[in-house]
Amino acid sequence: MIQLRKISKSFRHLSVLKDLNLSFEEAGISAILGPNGSGKTTMIKCLLGMVLPDQGDILINEQNISRQWAYRDQISYLPQIARFPENLSVGELIRMLRSLRNRPSQEDTLIRIFGLESFMDKKLGHLSGGTRQKVNLVQAFMYDNPILILDEPTAGLDPVAVLKLKDLLNKEREKGKIILITTHLIPFVEEMADEIVFLMDGKIHFRGSPSHLIRQYETEKLETAIAQMLEKQKIVSVDVSPQVNGQSRLTPVMTS
Amino acid sequence: MKAYLFTIILIINFSQSQAANWQVCAECSCSQLSEAIEAASPGDTLTVDSGLYQEGRIIIGKSLVLRGNNYPRIDGKGESEVITITADHVSLVGFQIQNVGHSYLEDRAGIRVQKAKHFIIQNNRLINTFFGIYLEHAQYGLISHNFIEGQAIEEMSSGNAIHLWYSKHVEITDNEISGHRDGIYFEFVDNSQVRRNKSHHNLRYGLHFMFSNDDEYHQNIFRENGAGVAVMFSKKIRLTENQFIENWGRAAYGLLLKEIYDADIIDNHFEHNTLGIHVEGCSRILYKANTFLYNGWAMRVAGGCSKNEIKGNNFIDNTFDLSMNSQVGDNYFDGNYWSDYASYDLDRDGIGDVPHNPVKLFSYVVNQSPEAIMLLRSTFVDLLNFSEKVSPVFSPPGLEDQQPHIKPFSQNFKTYADDSASQDF
Amino acid sequence: MKNILRYSFFDLIRSRWTIIYGGFYLILTFALIWLSGDLLKVITSLMNITLMLVPLIALLFSSMYYYHSRDFVELLLAQPLKRTHIFIGQYWGIAISLSVSLIVGLGLPFLIFGVLGTSVLYHFFTLIGVNLMLTFIFVGLGFAGALRYENRIKGFGLGILIWLFFAVIYDGIVLLGLVVFRDYPLDHFALGASIFNPIDLSRILILLKLDISALMGYTGAVFQKFLGSTTGIIIAIAVLMLWVVFPIGRIRFLALRKDF
Repeated sequence: MIQLRKISKSFRHLSVLKDLNLSFEEAGISAILGPNGSGKTTMIKCLLGMVLPDQGDILINEQNISRQWAYRDQISYLPQIARFPENLSVGELIRMLRSLRNRPSQEDTLIRIFGLESFMDKKLGHLSGGTRQKVNLVQAFMYDNPILILDEPTAGLDPVAVLKLKDLLNKEREKGKIILITTHLIPFVEEMADEIVFLMDGKIHFRGSPSHLIRQYETEKLETAIAQMLEKQKIVSVDVSPQVNGQSRLTPVMTS
Repeated sequence: MKAYLFTIILIINFSQSQAANWQVCAECSCSQLSEAIEAASPGDTLTVDSGLYQEGRIIIGKSLVLRGNNYPRIDGKGESEVITITADHVSLVGFQIQNVGHSYLEDRAGIRVQKAKHFIIQNNRLINTFFGIYLEHAQYGLISHNFIEGQAIEEMSSGNAIHLWYSKHVEITDNEISGHRDGIYFEFVDNSQVRRNKSHHNLRYGLHFMFSNDDEYHQNIFRENGAGVAVMFSKKIRLTENQFIENWGRAAYGLLLKEIYDADIIDNHFEHNTLGIHVEGCSRILYKANTFLYNGWAMRVAGGCSKNEIKGNNFIDNTFDLSMNSQVGDNYFDGNYWSDYASYDLDRDGIGDVPHNPVKLFSYVVNQSPEAIMLLRSTFVDLLNFSEKVSPVFSPPGLEDQQPHIKPFSQNFKTYADDSASQDF
Repeated sequence: MKNILRYSFFDLIRSRWTIIYGGFYLILTFALIWLSGDLLKVITSLMNITLMLVPLIALLFSSMYYYHSRDFVELLLAQPLKRTHIFIGQYWGIAISLSVSLIVGLGLPFLIFGVLGTSVLYHFFTLIGVNLMLTFIFVGLGFAGALRYENRIKGFGLGILIWLFFAVIYDGIVLLGLVVFRDYPLDHFALGASIFNPIDLSRILILLKLDISALMGYTGAVFQKFLGSTTGIIIAIAVLMLWVVFPIGRIRFLALRKDF
């Protein structure tokens, strides 16, 4: 369970997150969307303790994470740009990351899934972008953690690998995990996401299922809906109060 | 040569007077040295067996030959002088003279020669004598192969190993001297020679001489003396093939030259001294074929120097080769080897095509503020020296070696460093 | 921390730059020994080169490494690790890998030419020891500088500025002071000034063994008494240690407060 309470963050004079309240309590895939500079990355980095909020508290499994580090054992993270130490081999990288947590992991299965067996002794600096992203996926999925945070997971992947990724995500969802994904690939969101969290100017602009968004904008496709939302951005805001069980997870609120 | 000459003269004298031989030992009829001297006639020989003779104030007032067998020990018991020679033609050979004891009031000595001529002091050991051998108004003497070891701790309460005052024609050779205030001390000593002595670990100077003219110093080794060697207020001297080694300290010199006129300093070796040669007020001096190796300053010229020639010397790996406090005057540097010289010899005649300026800007700075030495070899100082070399501002004009040698000159004698293993210092 | 250290070390020790760095010293030292044959002279020449180069390379190399591993650090930050462990671990990784290059590059030729058992051994150890300290000091300063400035132009600029200051400007200021105030007793000022610049202190520690005659002659009284004594050497080493500790503290401080 993730709770962000009144989180504010500004870099120098640029205010990125403004009094953000947000929580992820139920299992499922949440797509964090928003235009560039909307605060997606900052929010994720706050969760991981990379960015220290100016104000507010973040609770993960009821524990305040401020200046803590052990909680990150509960989180699997896939960073956006998969640039690894060039002179280490794939195997060494995996071993090194495994040595940091020192508990059972399933990298072997993942290596097989992504067909990386022959790359284990290759240096990371010599790999193509797509292969590096596969390595990235291996390290992100190798632990059985209740929280997954994936930053642009499809970047550089070939269609086959994307399929395998979707498979993996479905399995993880079934295990009851909270999965946060940022991506620009709207079809991927449409297919995979249980809900969309749309950030703009450091605030939540919309939160709800993809189908709800489509319905709200009376279009056929999610892409069009999002485009329309961006155009009419002043109109809609979202109440993030505890969600009601069942089908109506969303409570869009009209602001005057 | 002179030693043999003296001996021959003595032998002739003795043979003329039908010399007697006296034996001195504990069981002999003469058990005391002074008794035997009393009894003997001029020209006699006294043979002294080994043993301890606790006698001080022995005065040799006759022409006698005193010979020790296996170093009989004549002990002053720390109270008095031991032997005083007042007569001409005295030989003192093979004794150990010990424990004179220091005094602040009088210059006590192990062996004193007073207004005597034609003496030989040879092959003696002087241990813990305040002054070792003390000559006053002495002439035509030989002091050779003596071993003189003192235990000087501070300058005020220590004496000199070989001390000459108002003497002439004395030859000092092959002695080994240590642990005194000055190793060899000359004041008003003319026409004398100092050869092949080793003077080391003395508190002040290994060799100290003043107001002494027409003297020669050859093949001596002066090592690790408190202040090195000082030569002052003298004329017409020759120093050749001496070694000045490891004299360290704020005021330590391999060789200090002050107010010297008409001297030759040739073929000497200066190694690991704070200052190789410090020159002050000296004129008409020829420095030739000397080697300066690993010194702080090879030469420092303080002022009032003129008509000096510095030719054909080796300046190798000194921190500073030269420092000049004054105007260059008419002193010439010519045809030396400088290990710092970094230029070319296109015509391959062994002489660099560009003149060498041996004074670095930094050495000038260090003269002004000595503490700046802490920046020695720093990048900043290197830049400073480089910029000075490229466009000289401080370098006194005319101070250039017009014919710097490309290769070092070979030295024509063995240095201490070469055969240190064979010398038991 | 050990994990991070190990990974940084193995990453770096195989990097082209570390190998070039070590190879440069190796060739340089071999060439110098070959040309002069006098190990003591080689040490003097090496001193002149290393006292310039070691701090500069340490500064630039550590900044470069920081910026280069910036993305991977994000992954590390997401792991259950203390922030300080990540950065201090990387610091040791860089410092140790540069040290290994240095030891191999300088040490191997000396070993091959038989430094062991000669009187130069002590000078050799001083040279190596001092350069290792400089490596640890300036890797720290460079890394802290890079951590401070996300903009790599600023980070590298700071590194070069630090180097210029310690290698050149500092000495210029000290020399100016010594010349301007030459009528006052400056022994202690000179001693103090030299102790607080690690490059100066390193140079003097080596020079005390090499150009001992010149140094003893002049400020000798103070320098030799101080740095020639066991207490002095201990204080000198302690000061160098402080210079290592200071940037590490700075890295800790910045690491705990920085947003990534």
